[in-house]
Amino acid sequence: MKFKAEIDVMPHAALLDPQGKAVSNSMPNIGLPSIHDVRIGKHISMELTADDDAAAHEMVETACKKLLANLIMESYSFTVKAV
Amino acid sequence: MKVGVIVFPGSNCDEDAVAAFRDQFGCETVKLWHKDNDLQACDLIFLPGGFSYGDYLRSGAIARFSPIMQNVIDFAAKGGLVWGVCNGFQILCESQLLPGALLHNDHQKFNCKNVFIKANTTESLITSNLTVNTALQIPIAHGEGRYYCDEANLLKLKSNNQILFTYCDANGNETDGSNPNGSLQNIAGICNEKRNVFGMMPHPERAVDTELYNTDGRGLFQSLLASFELV
Repeated sequence: MKFKAEIDVMPHAALLDPQGKAVSNSMPNIGLPSIHDVRIGKHISMELTADDDAAAHEMVETACKKLLANLIMESYSFTVKAV
Repeated sequence: MKVGVIVFPGSNCDEDAVAAFRDQFGCETVKLWHKDNDLQACDLIFLPGGFSYGDYLRSGAIARFSPIMQNVIDFAAKGGLVWGVCNGFQILCESQLLPGALLHNDHQKFNCKNVFIKANTTESLITSNLTVNTALQIPIAHGEGRYYCDEANLLKLKSNNQILFTYCDANGNETDGSNPNGSLQNIAGICNEKRNVFGMMPHPERAVDTELYNTDGRGLFQSLLASFELV
């Protein structure tokens, strides 16, 4: 079966996110001073082949833990759908 | 001492490292290609600076899974000496050979300048001949050098005396102003608990040649070579 995974990797809330801070600070420049606390992470999409839904989830979970996210500084979440 | 300098795609300080070990300190030095599985009986493995795999995903994240890294991990587990500078430090953290991680600099700029660091202890092979709390001028060149670890690991680093270098001013004082990237407690370099794996963001290998008018990095190499003779 073929699946598509959509993964979000975000910096831990407790850590300073300099990119997010810089973007936050630029919001008044585009006339939107009410926007604050911008956080910037990564969105990763991928296609995969697996026997079933559970195997697809396990594969994506392993990819996140081993490579896509560094759990010291980031957290991840994902969805997997059959295509 | 036979030294192996690993070359990843995107390494750019490998020649600096070879020039330091071979030309300045007379060590037999070989380059090791990241796709090989042979450490060629080296006594020390050096992971150089650069932008391995273009820093894609996270600095060091993809290099950590290069074939040779499994050999490096096994070598370190048996007590082999491993030293990573800049991108090499990032790869060692990603490999979990060293605790913590290197985050984007707090100001989001790439830093390329001379800074001051000081040794916090002489209890390591690369600091054994240094004078504690005396400032050394060493270049840095990184965008992701903000050392971070959780509180439990910070306590361990402190209680085991694993913090080898901290950023400081010219007088050896650890100040906020002398911290170039927002590193936790000005940490610039650490070692593992077994004291055979070393990682640091500053580049001592760029400060060993008299023709470059800065030789403050020589002490680290002299420490390493002197203590290696004794081991």
